[in-house]
Amino acid sequence: MSERREALRRIVQGDLSSVRVVLGLVVIAIIFQVQEDRFLSAENLSNLMLQITTIGLISVGVVYVLLLGEIDLSVGAVSGLSAAVMAVLSVNHGWNAYLAIAAAVAVGMAIGCLQGTLFSRFVIPSFVVTLAGLLTWEGALLQVLGKTGSLNITDPKITGLANTFYSDTVGWIFAAVIIAAYAAVLAVGYRRRVAAGIGDASPVALIVRLVFLAAIVIAAVAILNAARGVPLAVMILLGFVVGMEYVAKRTTFGRHVFAVGGNAEAARRAGIHVNRVRIAVFTISGTMAAIGGIMAASRLFAVNQNSGGNELLLLAIAGPVIAGTSLFGGRGSVWTALLGALVIGSISNGMDLLSLSSSVKLMVTGGVLLLAVLVDAIARQQRSASGRV
Amino acid sequence: MAESTPLLQLEGVSKRFGPVQALDRVDFAVHPGEVVGLVGDNGAGKSTLVKTIAGIHGADQGTIRFEGNEVSISRPQDATELGIATVYQDLALCDNLDVVANLFLGREEISPGPGQVSRQLDEVKMEHETSDLLSNLAVTIPSLRSEVGTLSGGQRQQVAVARSLLGEPKVVLLDEPTAALGVPQTKQVLQLIRRLRERELGVVVISHNLVDVFAVADRVFVLRLGRAAGEFKADETTEEHVVSAITGVGDGRNQEEPGGEEGK
Repeated sequence: MSERREALRRIVQGDLSSVRVVLGLVVIAIIFQVQEDRFLSAENLSNLMLQITTIGLISVGVVYVLLLGEIDLSVGAVSGLSAAVMAVLSVNHGWNAYLAIAAAVAVGMAIGCLQGTLFSRFVIPSFVVTLAGLLTWEGALLQVLGKTGSLNITDPKITGLANTFYSDTVGWIFAAVIIAAYAAVLAVGYRRRVAAGIGDASPVALIVRLVFLAAIVIAAVAILNAARGVPLAVMILLGFVVGMEYVAKRTTFGRHVFAVGGNAEAARRAGIHVNRVRIAVFTISGTMAAIGGIMAASRLFAVNQNSGGNELLLLAIAGPVIAGTSLFGGRGSVWTALLGALVIGSISNGMDLLSLSSSVKLMVTGGVLLLAVLVDAIARQQRSASGRV
Repeated sequence: MAESTPLLQLEGVSKRFGPVQALDRVDFAVHPGEVVGLVGDNGAGKSTLVKTIAGIHGADQGTIRFEGNEVSISRPQDATELGIATVYQDLALCDNLDVVANLFLGREEISPGPGQVSRQLDEVKMEHETSDLLSNLAVTIPSLRSEVGTLSGGQRQQVAVARSLLGEPKVVLLDEPTAALGVPQTKQVLQLIRRLRERELGVVVISHNLVDVFAVADRVFVLRLGRAAGEFKADETTEEHVVSAITGVGDGRNQEEPGGEEGK
């Protein structure tokens, strides 16, 4: 197997999924732009970015669960319940905003930890544990909200999370910092590899990647600045995606998540505490669900009985799968949380612009999910046909 | 045979799976710098014995001594901490991870500096050490960054054997190391086993292939239906003697091909 064939195989079978998603996004953008020329306006794209923050944040946790080859059906309900806890503490009990937010995150964390423990210690399928969770936490949400069934959030520290926009200057500073940090990471990594005598990546490839990233960042900041400025919510989402991608790909813990998802028995024999990894992953999932719920409440200025309900759960799971994280465990990336949310958000946003009914929206989203899974399944078949499980 | 303290010694070890007595009061020992061939028919208890030593499932009865001290091995980590490394027949590799990740699975190198807080992987160091180790063992793999699922059976076996050496073990258990390997790769693995012996490691080789066992083993230990059925010095016995111990059939009546199970 020559180096070139290996590289070709990687593009065809591995990295294709992200290329596929980007192409899909371009197609979606063209279709909606032809129908409705407001779709690619700065205002609408800025709005789209805000719309996807909740799903994107929840999906970050879902990616970890999918990497294990498991599923967490409770993330929607957990996001609603956590947000309700925050709202009740802040509005009814007058808690400090940050304490209320911390309590909400702690609720998500505790629920995730509980579900992970039930799943791993008692070997109950995660599907069943989290389905029970879905019902339980939805009931708890109604309980916490009480008779009124709705709470309006007034604390500006909470509502500011989703409604803060930075000035143009600050936006460009963000862009400069992101590009500089990426350049530094690439340069340090390259120098270490060369020093160790395994400098196989050519600097040209690294420069191409840097230019590519810089172009995306500059375009995004330019668009957001043309509207209301770079939103804090988008920076929070981006921070979690980058941070959790780092944990997944660069740390021992992330390596163990991939190992358990790929071959749990091999991981166990290698001395990995498989159950601890599973509990930690479900804790991450619950925590990210809570953070997503807080963001949703901040955007709505309220928590009500529908918080975390409707199709939020399914879209948060569908997003990463559409963008290439395998449902079967061991393959994927946290970036698929962002990309998948962008695909789903674009479709939903575009159909809203066209004033299509929610029946059409649901059917189209379902079709896109099926299409994505089909493409993934065909890729898997090709992999196994070429001896790659 | 007991000129030195055995590295690993089992006394009266039994293991039962429901109605099946997989191991029945087995005594077994490995000395430093010794290769023991562990042979027996299918279902004789070879894999159960190895898994008991490796801590995959604890023994029901019996004592295990390591370097003369009684130890309890109930988890894989217990065996690893003692210095017992195991290469399984089903290899126990993660197909979705690359060669470097598989080699260091469970004992990843951590980056120095601020990365320590998050237990950041030192990929450069791991790749460097992988490349050193594999070239010392004369193992050639096209790319250390290719997923193990893409490698051939022989390459996967070599990765698995190389991995067992990373923890600097004292005892190495090899479960069917030459099964499904081509002739040149089998030679490489046997050469590797001899190198382990030179390093004063205790090596246990499970194999169906008596030719391979006789090529490397100092001593041949036969299991039959979960019981010890004979122990031979490799240079003082013949394949026929070992085969009759394996099958339980008397001398001279053996019609079985010693290597008959190889292609399984």
